[in-house]
Amino acid sequence: MKELVVLSGKGGTGKTSIVGSLAVLAERKVLADCDVDAADLHLLLNPSVKEQTEFWSGQTAHIDRDRCIECGLCQDLCRFDAIKDYTADPISCEGCGLCYQVCPVEAITMEESLSGHWFISETKYGPLVHARLGIAQENSGKLVAQVRQQAKQIAEEKNLEYIISDGPPGIGCPVISSLSGAKLALLVTEPTLSGIHDLERAFGICRHFGIPAVVCINKYDLNEYNSRQIESYCAQQGISVTSKIPFDNVVTEALVHGVPVVEYSTGGVSQEIERLWHDISRTLEHEEKG
Amino acid sequence: MILSVASGKGGTGKTLVATSLALSLKDSHKVMLLDCDVEEPNCHVFLKPSLTGREPVNILVPKVAEDKCNYCGKCAQICAYHAIAVLGNHVLTFPQLCHGCGACSYLCPEKAITEEPRETGVVEWGHSDEVSFVQGTLNVGEAMAPPVIRKLKERGNNSDVVIRDTPPGTSCPMVEAVKGSDFCLLVTEPTPFGLNDLVLAVDTVRELAIPCGVIINRTGIGDAGVEEYCRKEGIPVLLTIPLDTEIARQYSRGITLVEGMPQWQDGFHRLFESIQERVDERACRSER
Repeated sequence: MKELVVLSGKGGTGKTSIVGSLAVLAERKVLADCDVDAADLHLLLNPSVKEQTEFWSGQTAHIDRDRCIECGLCQDLCRFDAIKDYTADPISCEGCGLCYQVCPVEAITMEESLSGHWFISETKYGPLVHARLGIAQENSGKLVAQVRQQAKQIAEEKNLEYIISDGPPGIGCPVISSLSGAKLALLVTEPTLSGIHDLERAFGICRHFGIPAVVCINKYDLNEYNSRQIESYCAQQGISVTSKIPFDNVVTEALVHGVPVVEYSTGGVSQEIERLWHDISRTLEHEEKG
Repeated sequence: MILSVASGKGGTGKTLVATSLALSLKDSHKVMLLDCDVEEPNCHVFLKPSLTGREPVNILVPKVAEDKCNYCGKCAQICAYHAIAVLGNHVLTFPQLCHGCGACSYLCPEKAITEEPRETGVVEWGHSDEVSFVQGTLNVGEAMAPPVIRKLKERGNNSDVVIRDTPPGTSCPMVEAVKGSDFCLLVTEPTPFGLNDLVLAVDTVRELAIPCGVIINRTGIGDAGVEEYCRKEGIPVLLTIPLDTEIARQYSRGITLVEGMPQWQDGFHRLFESIQERVDERACRSER
C-alpha cells in the first residue's frame, strides 16, 4: 500500500484541486481529506456519506459555581489563562486537568468534549474518508490520525493500492500527523516569494521526519523567474520537480461546476496533471522497492 | 483597536490585506503589524522590516530528579498528554508531547519534578518605515503553534491600530491568533471552497463573540455563493478586489498592493473607517 500526502506549507496553492484530479486518474485507491478544519475535497468528489462517527477527544474543565469557594487557586495555576472569574473558558482550556486536581472543594469536573465528526463516504472515484473538526475545537492532529487510520483500514480490506491524502496548510500539528509514516509527499507550490519561503519550511518538515518529497509548481507562468528559482532550489536539495502547471481560470471553472479539472477540461492544465500522476506513480513504485 | 485578518481557506489574500492596510494607515495612525501565522510567516517578505529584537519561545517541560523520585506514578497518571511515563524504576519524558501545563511538577508528592525551558520557536520585532512589526516563527518539527502566538500577542500594544495576520483554518492556531481582537476581517474568494471555509470561519469568530466583515478577493471568477451567503447572514462585504494578473504578479515579487498600485490606498482608508464605525457603534451599544 502506497500512501501519498499532498502538502504545501502555504495555503491556496492548489492542493485540493490536484487531489481531486488524482482521484480521477489513480486506480484502486482510497482518498483521505486530512485538512480537517477546512475540508474542501468533498466539494469536488460529491460523496454520499455511508458512516458518520462522533470524534470525542480531550477534556474541558467545568466549575460548579455552587460548590466553588472562590479561593482562586485554579486561576493562579492555569497556564492557559482559561479561568476567569471562577469560570472556565472551554475555548482556552487545553484539558490538562491541573485545576481539577488541586481544587480543595472538588468543584471542578473534567468533561469529555465532542471535537468533531468523521465520515466514510462513497464517491464515483472510490471511497473517501473525511472529517469535520468542531467549531473552535482542539486536537485536529488526533482527528487527522483517525482519518488516516480509517483510510488505511479500507485500503487493507479492499486490497487497494494507493492512499491519497489531501493535507492541511502549515507545518504544525495536523501536518505532522498527516505526514508521519507516509511513503511520499507531493509539495504543491506557486512561484511567489511567499510560496518559495513556505516551500522551504514544508520541505524542512519532510526532511525532519524522513519522508521523501517531490515538488509541483502550480501557476508556474505567473512568474517564470521565480519558477526557475524554485527549480534551482529543488535541484540543490535533490528534490525532483515533477510538473509545472500553467495558470488557467479553467481550474476555478471546474471548481464552480463541482468536478475535478481533469474531468472538466482536456487542456494544458489537465495534461500536466496527467503527467504529474504518471511521474508520481512511478516514484511511489520506486520508493516501495526502496 | 486590534484588528485580525483571517480566512478559513488558505491563500485567499490575508497577507495582501494585512500588509496593505498597515501601510495605508501608517501616516495617520501609530500602526503595529503582528504576523501570527507562525507556521508560515510571510509578512516580512512584503514589508522587509529591519528586525531589532529577538526572544526565544519556551515551553516548560518536566525534569525529574531520579534521586528524589519514588516511582509512585502520579505524574504519569495525571498527565493529559501522555508526556511522562513511569516504567518500573524509570521515568520517561516526551517533551514533544508536553503542553507545559505544570501539573506534574506541582502535584509530585516527592517534589522530584522541576521544570526546564525547551525552545519551540522565536518571536522577533522591529519596524518597516513607521510600521512596528512583530513576527513569530515555529521551529520546524514542532507541533504546537499556540504558545508562540501567545508570546507574540503579548507584544501587540502601544499602538492605535494593531493588525494581526493570522494562520488559515479554524482550529487552535487560528483561534489563538484571533482571540481578543475587536474586529475580524475574513478574506475569501468567490468559489465553493472559499464559501465553505468562510462559513466555518464565521462560525468560529461568532463563537468568540468577535464582530466580522468580509473581503472578497479575485472577484470576476467563480460564482455568487459568497455574496448570497453574506447577504443572508447580514455580514457586511467591506471590500472587493478583482481578479487581476497584474496584482498577482506584483504579489509574486513581494510587492504590496498599495505600493504597486497606490490608487488602492483610498480603498483601504475607507475599509478602515468602516471598521472603526462598526467597532465604535458596538462599544456604544455595550455601554448602554
